[in-house]
Amino acid sequence: MNDAPVIQLDGVSRCFVLGDEEVRALDDVSLSVKRGEYIAVMGPSGSGKSTLLNILGLLDQPSAGHYLLDGTDTTQLSDARQAEVRHRKIGFVFQFFHLIARLTAFENVELPLVLAGVAVDERRQRVQRALDELGLSDRAQHRPDQLSGGQRQRVAIARAAIMDPEVLLADEPTGNLDSASGADVIAILEALNARGITLIVVTHDPDLGSRARRMVRFMDGHVLSDATAST
Amino acid sequence: MTPPPVNAGMLARDGLRFTLHALDAARARTALMGLAMAIGVAAVIVLTALGEGARQYVLGEFSSLGSSVLTIMPGRSETTGGAPPMLGATPRDLTLDDALSLRHSALIASVAPLVVGDAEVSAGARSRDVMVLGSTAELKSVRHLELARGSFLPAGDPFAGPAVCVIGETLKTELFGTGAAIGELVRIGDRRFRVIGVLATKGQSLGANIDDVAIIPVAAAQALFNTQALFRVLVEVRGRESIPAAKRAIETLITARHEGENDITIISLDAMLSTFDRIFTALTLTVAGIAAISLAVAGILIMNVMLIAISQRTQEIGLLKALGASPRLITRLFLGEAALLSLFGAAAGVAVAYAGLFGLRRLFPSFPLSAPAWAIAAGVGVAVVTGILFGWLPARRAARLDPVQALSRR
Repeated sequence: MNDAPVIQLDGVSRCFVLGDEEVRALDDVSLSVKRGEYIAVMGPSGSGKSTLLNILGLLDQPSAGHYLLDGTDTTQLSDARQAEVRHRKIGFVFQFFHLIARLTAFENVELPLVLAGVAVDERRQRVQRALDELGLSDRAQHRPDQLSGGQRQRVAIARAAIMDPEVLLADEPTGNLDSASGADVIAILEALNARGITLIVVTHDPDLGSRARRMVRFMDGHVLSDATAST
Repeated sequence: MTPPPVNAGMLARDGLRFTLHALDAARARTALMGLAMAIGVAAVIVLTALGEGARQYVLGEFSSLGSSVLTIMPGRSETTGGAPPMLGATPRDLTLDDALSLRHSALIASVAPLVVGDAEVSAGARSRDVMVLGSTAELKSVRHLELARGSFLPAGDPFAGPAVCVIGETLKTELFGTGAAIGELVRIGDRRFRVIGVLATKGQSLGANIDDVAIIPVAAAQALFNTQALFRVLVEVRGRESIPAAKRAIETLITARHEGENDITIISLDAMLSTFDRIFTALTLTVAGIAAISLAVAGILIMNVMLIAISQRTQEIGLLKALGASPRLITRLFLGEAALLSLFGAAAGVAVAYAGLFGLRRLFPSFPLSAPAWAIAAGVGVAVVTGILFGWLPARRAARLDPVQALSRR
């Protein structure tokens, strides 16, 4: 592991035009994240934390500033190249799981590998291993509507991790779960982080936020505080 | 840990599976769109088959009239330069001897000389002006005539000409009503003939109403109309393929008899047939073209339904983008879906068309009905191309969806 930051934001702003009003969802944000860090991004709704996550995941582009992922300036890349970077380096975990309803758990986890054109045999091995690790082997052939919320989110995490991404971005991963399954999900995310995957969790749950070694608070598009817990 | 795989692109088989899955998940939509395509493709195929059938039917009718029949006319219709001939331009007459000389050619099956004139035919108090044909027994086979009752002109010396006649159905009814005509005497011009046969109703046949004629021996007609000249000579050639050779043989024979003067015109049904062929082919293509419009309509429907599908699957598209699907891959997936749908529809359309044609064949067994291979290929091809063409806009819209907004929808 080298010491160069995996994520480097330099003066990133993101403006939306709503009617004739300009809203600055992110205003001149600079942030550096080292490989393997565990960060909680907190703040009230509308503080810009979701916009930050979208920009980090290359789903959205900054209006100004630069975003270096793994040393590459992503703001210069074409749509297709950005898709490729997203594919290989980023995993998403959403509040609403976003599983494809017509596919089984196995197929949902397999999807990133399918999109990559990985051979069938290798796919089967990797998906099976991922499902085993998350205790979902007996649910492999179930569709999302046959799974509990916690199981769905675990499938979504397996899908996010199947490509061995550099960064795992989780947007309110426990927001739709009861506390027991929420705790499960957090444990799994932290286990992935322990393996070296950079974990960024957006949440407004203080209990969840306080588990992270580093907490970044947002307010009105600015970084309010950036504190690393001393261990 | 395995190294992160390079984004080599989705395997074709996986793309197909994904698309089939998506189509399967929206069965009602898939079925409706397939139905629209199926109707279009079936329309193209059935209408083309009908056009083709009509063409073959007409050609068949004409062939049965004798596409191997040559008609010899006196005179030569051609344009030549130079001064007009000194001794008048009237062509030499075709005579009965000329006609009978043709019987010697091995290429010729039968020869029917023809004298035509108008005369009054009367029986008792009733009379009627009709066309009178003077010919021989061979006219029956050359013109495929059929008798309702009695017999046709007897074979024998063409120069003798017994006083018998065969009359058409209309003429028979006009003269004898519902009574029997066979054996009765009729007066044609200033001569008396015994009726020996009545022709079966055939209606209009190449310009002559065969139901309203009287047919008498050629020698009798020559005497009746006081002429030695023949109006036409009909020649049945042995087989269509020997028509050109037969034409040359006839010209040689007649030229020899006419002191080296080639002064006849020979026409065959072939020329007419090829004209009909062209007309009906054009008609078939026109009808198929009109049917193809329904394919375009189906295409627009596909576009519509694909747009709806994309708005229903916005979240899925957003997810695919978040998982790193490139805009091109998303375009390909949705285009593939439109193409596959069209293909299903087209296949169903071919099946429907075959079922329809099968039914029509049962209803009209005498009408030749079969879809030409090119029509099936064209129908299916146009359907798939339409699907891809009209699938393009929705697919591009899907590829351009903003993933953030797509994912924020629930």
